[in-house]
Amino acid sequence: MIVRIMGEGQIDLSEADMELLNDVDRTLEQAIESGSEETFRAALRDLLTKVREHGKALPLDSLEPSQFILPHEDATMEEVRAMLGDEGLIPDVS
Amino acid sequence: MIFKSKANKALDSVEDPRETLDYSYQKQLELLQKVRRGVADVATSRKRVELQIQQLEQQSDKLHNQSRAALGQGREDLAREALTRRSGLQSQIDGLKQQHEQLQGEEQKLTLAAQRLQAKVDAFRTRKETIKATYTAAQAQTQISEAFSGISEEMGDVGMAVQRAEDKTAEMQARAGAVDELLASGALDDVTGSSKDDIQSELDRMASTSGVELELEQMKQELGQGSGGSTPQIEGGSASGGQNNQVQPYRQGEGA
Repeated sequence: MIVRIMGEGQIDLSEADMELLNDVDRTLEQAIESGSEETFRAALRDLLTKVREHGKALPLDSLEPSQFILPHEDATMEEVRAMLGDEGLIPDVS
Repeated sequence: MIFKSKANKALDSVEDPRETLDYSYQKQLELLQKVRRGVADVATSRKRVELQIQQLEQQSDKLHNQSRAALGQGREDLAREALTRRSGLQSQIDGLKQQHEQLQGEEQKLTLAAQRLQAKVDAFRTRKETIKATYTAAQAQTQISEAFSGISEEMGDVGMAVQRAEDKTAEMQARAGAVDELLASGALDDVTGSSKDDIQSELDRMASTSGVELELEQMKQELGQGSGGSTPQIEGGSASGGQNNQVQPYRQGEGA
């Protein structure tokens, strides 16, 4: 599954990775609901770090679209809130 | 996904999809230009901040030297004043250093964005030529929308990244402009030491005062030697003190 981190590029993730990430995604969602900037920042950083760690960068010249798009690390809570769907940033694949 | 739908819309409105390919390619090149300009703009701002840091650090060094000089002359009050001004300057330098780091970060991000976009634009160009060469109207829509989907997403992302960098840089440029004005107006010279550098002029005054004192002291000693020293002995004790010095060369002149 191809994911884009805004401002960074595209990353290929396996479905197993996706399930792992759903946990972090939930934490992020909760942080936004509670409006806690600190928890939000940490959760976003955590999510992006895990995506980078587990995923494989797509070749630069690939013209494939991404399945979903993740915010950049400096994104504000407002920006991320606007990007959130019903299932958080990462759709539930199971 | 927002980007994808936009690309599809653009496709619908054009009769020959091949034209859309060329049009999009033009747009991609324009965006690439824009990103490169963005990199250059950020680099300019970064250099400007570097220069400002340098200037402020020079002022800070000067104040440090002044405070040492003042302390050397036993003027703790003046030394304290110089150090106080220096610490004010230091917080400004710290702020600028933080900005510098941010600008470096933006510069790096944009440089990478330009590289990514360049790679995708190149790939798109190749794809575009292939599609054109093997064009059949039936296939074209799918092939073209496939080629579009990835590049338009990248363009959307890069476009936003450039915008973010521009916003950040503009904000910093405003602050850098204020520091430049401050430097140019000489107000900072005032702060650090001009008008015409009050700390320096005080130090100069003390230095010249002590210079004068020193000279006076030397003169006094010379005169003192004249009154109580060896000359009167040569004269055989005519002994009217200070006047001797004036009298003596007179006599030598007459003798010659």
